[in-house]
Amino acid sequence: MSKFRNKDNKGTPAISTAALPDIVFMLLFFFMVTTVMRETTLFVEVMIPKATEIKKMEKKSLVSYIYVGPPVKRMQASFGSKPRIQLNDSFATLNEIQEFIASEREAKDEKEIPYMTTSIKSDESVKMGIITDIKQELRKANSLKINYSTRKGTY
Amino acid sequence: MARKKRGLQEINAGSMADIAFLLLIFFLVTTTMDVDTGIARKLPPMPEEEQETPPEIHARNIYVVLVNAGDNLLVEGEPMNISQLKEGAKKFINNNGANPTLSDNPEKAIISLQNDRGTSYKMYVRVQNELAAAYNEIRNEVALERFGERYIDLNKSKQKEIRNEYPQKISEAEPKNIGG
Repeated sequence: MSKFRNKDNKGTPAISTAALPDIVFMLLFFFMVTTVMRETTLFVEVMIPKATEIKKMEKKSLVSYIYVGPPVKRMQASFGSKPRIQLNDSFATLNEIQEFIASEREAKDEKEIPYMTTSIKSDESVKMGIITDIKQELRKANSLKINYSTRKGTY
Repeated sequence: MARKKRGLQEINAGSMADIAFLLLIFFLVTTTMDVDTGIARKLPPMPEEEQETPPEIHARNIYVVLVNAGDNLLVEGEPMNISQLKEGAKKFINNNGANPTLSDNPEKAIISLQNDRGTSYKMYVRVQNELAAAYNEIRNEVALERFGERYIDLNKSKQKEIRNEYPQKISEAEPKNIGG
């Protein structure tokens, strides 16, 4: 006859999962704060070149992106494999760049316009001809601050 | 008829985790975490209608860097390996009149960069990077010598002082189309 007798044979009690939502929410908030929304779906393959003298880009809201590169595999059937320009969510031609810059400007406050930057995200393999044409268009649009997007690394 | 007091019934929070996970996965998929980095440059404005003649620049103050369609470098008329470009540019900028073929002083020194339409973007960025590195190293050396601190650790006005003495003048000519 034991004093401490098992009341019943329940086995191990279930682990309380009450704190699980808290943990997951913590993770969620972490990701919400540290990341930015992906704005565009890339239609071109972009492997940006490496560089050592890089600077962080500030004020992401004032940056417009121009992507240049060969179309991604699933697009190659209809668009070929020659490097193309992508603005926002579609392929574009050179003459559309000025329009694109104008529309980007319209969306911003007038005071912020001088601080607007155009970031060129181009694939390593792209020839300078197309980049030069883009630069000329940007000059015409009087959008002179540019940034060659690179990743950190040495050769 | 008295009802038995039971207090507030507990809300079942078992599915809360599922909802939170769903949100978490949504954010993981739709967001990017990469910080954008790059080499900042300023384009020259479009030339005005009535253009004044550009000021004469002595040939010794121009460091000509040419890149052809085969990604080969020609610096001041001599073929050069990209690994030597930084040192070459530093020597040119920091010459201070010592060598008659190099610059008078850092303020007058201009690097003229011209590439072919067939040059790869990778090479172009690399050349830009080497030239930027040359300037950054020189500025850093001056900062260490004068203030005993690295250039990036200096305050704004000191940085500006050095920047004015060692301005980064990289001029880009319209590209040629030789080996396009």
